[in-house]
Amino acid sequence: MSGEFTAREIMVTAAARMLRDGEVVLVGIGIPNLAVNLALRTRCPNLMLIYESGAVGARPARLPLSIGDPALVAGAAGVCSMPDVFQYYLQRGWIDVGFLGGAQIDRFGNLNTTVIGDYAKPRIRLPGSGGACEIAVLARKVIVVMPHRRRAFPERVDFITSPGFLGGGRERAELSLAGGGPEAVLTDLGVLGFDPETKEMLLVSLHPGATVDEVRVQTGWELRLASPLGRTEPPSAEELRVLREELALSPAPA
Amino acid sequence: MREAMARFVRDGMSVVMEGFTHLIPFAAGHELIRQRRRNLTLIRLTPDLLFDQMIAAGCARKLVFSWAGNPGVGSLHAFRRAVEQARPQPLELEEYSHFGLALRLQAGAAYLPFLPTRNFAGSDLPRANPNLKPVVCPYTGQQLWAVPALEPDVAILHAQRADQEGNTQAWGLTGVLKEAAFAARRVVVVVEEIVSGELIRRDPNRTLLPGFKVDAVVEESFGAHPSYVQGYYDRDNDFYQRWEEISRREESLQAYLATWVFGVSGRQEYRERLGETVRRLRAASLPCEPVNYGY
Repeated sequence: MSGEFTAREIMVTAAARMLRDGEVVLVGIGIPNLAVNLALRTRCPNLMLIYESGAVGARPARLPLSIGDPALVAGAAGVCSMPDVFQYYLQRGWIDVGFLGGAQIDRFGNLNTTVIGDYAKPRIRLPGSGGACEIAVLARKVIVVMPHRRRAFPERVDFITSPGFLGGGRERAELSLAGGGPEAVLTDLGVLGFDPETKEMLLVSLHPGATVDEVRVQTGWELRLASPLGRTEPPSAEELRVLREELALSPAPA
Repeated sequence: MREAMARFVRDGMSVVMEGFTHLIPFAAGHELIRQRRRNLTLIRLTPDLLFDQMIAAGCARKLVFSWAGNPGVGSLHAFRRAVEQARPQPLELEEYSHFGLALRLQAGAAYLPFLPTRNFAGSDLPRANPNLKPVVCPYTGQQLWAVPALEPDVAILHAQRADQEGNTQAWGLTGVLKEAAFAARRVVVVVEEIVSGELIRRDPNRTLLPGFKVDAVVEESFGAHPSYVQGYYDRDNDFYQRWEEISRREESLQAYLATWVFGVSGRQEYRERLGETVRRLRAASLPCEPVNYGY
């Protein structure tokens, strides 16, 4: 890793760059929250931040620890109930981008946040869906952000909490899911996309300092590479300043 | 509080205690722990520290939920011990997504047997929970998914203020408070302050629940700590972070309950014991302009 920025910083920056100004984004906690607030404070001043807690058009003055933080309410364009968020905003198709993370993601972009092991007798019980299942099913597109680790990138997830392209190919289309499914996966090693036909995950771009071997070691199946393979632009001085000063992201590696 | 919990919550009942991050009824939950309620079916979208404490205290037989974590921090360890190791006792799970569980309460509130959604196709959640069933639209033939109505025995909810009749006002995030109240057979509301009916009636748009749907009002200042009440006090994020350490081991969690739940007579003593924290969390002033209801 370069001395100038951390793995976490490039992951957050790459995720923020996936957003276009004016989009309506449903934001989760953790890294998605950082990425969206970075985009809002740099390239996308008209981003519409919606939190599943009911904050609409939030402009948080501090980085919220939870998606129900009071700073999301003060200064927001509106506040609505959770049934409103899920029915009128998400199900009706008004959410352009849903941000998700997870304990596991597989070859076809299915996400697991429910259990490691068998559902009835789990080895590790994870938190569950929260709003992730409906975001994965209903948002126009989904962007996934998670660190690239072999145990988090198995060929098949133990439990599909949030459907991606299921078994690949036309499987998602045949089930008539309203949303478009995952568009990109941002990790601390690179940017991954999906093959338009097979819906298999592909390495699209490598972050500075990362190697193809390193990505392959951390992926639980034989990962295909896009051709040509891109190189991720490092975070700019301004992006790093916003992350470290305004969003108080410690420059120490996570 | 003691009287309201004793009167409305009996062993074996199903109890929804809502409030999404905001307005979590901790004072009521602590009172149920002190009264040693058993075999409850506990219902919340996000079990949060409240249900982690109630599970550790042995109040719960079953959990109906959609996201069981400590937001931004990590796991709910008492929940995990119960599910992974059946300690202190097994815990039956009935699991949804937020949308699914919110819709169950909405169906209960509207007195419909079920509500349909475009959610769940492709997810393994229906395999884990047979209550999620496919349903065909009688008009278009579209395949949808249904969730059954949920009608809990009791709803316990926190809010900013109510009057003597139970007309309840809340602002900030309201989550599924209204759905939970209308779905439940009995409703207990805990408020930061009881105010005059005249004050409530000067701003009727802020009323979440009408008095006739509320069976009891309990005035309990600081009653939602460590969660927050918009306009009254901030979320105690330090405590949410400390919970990771407290709850990781069963012994330290039980020591916490001994001191902060069994070791106090009620919320007033809890609040006194918090001391400086109460001042630290006091909300800044950020009022809005009054609106004109004139005509």
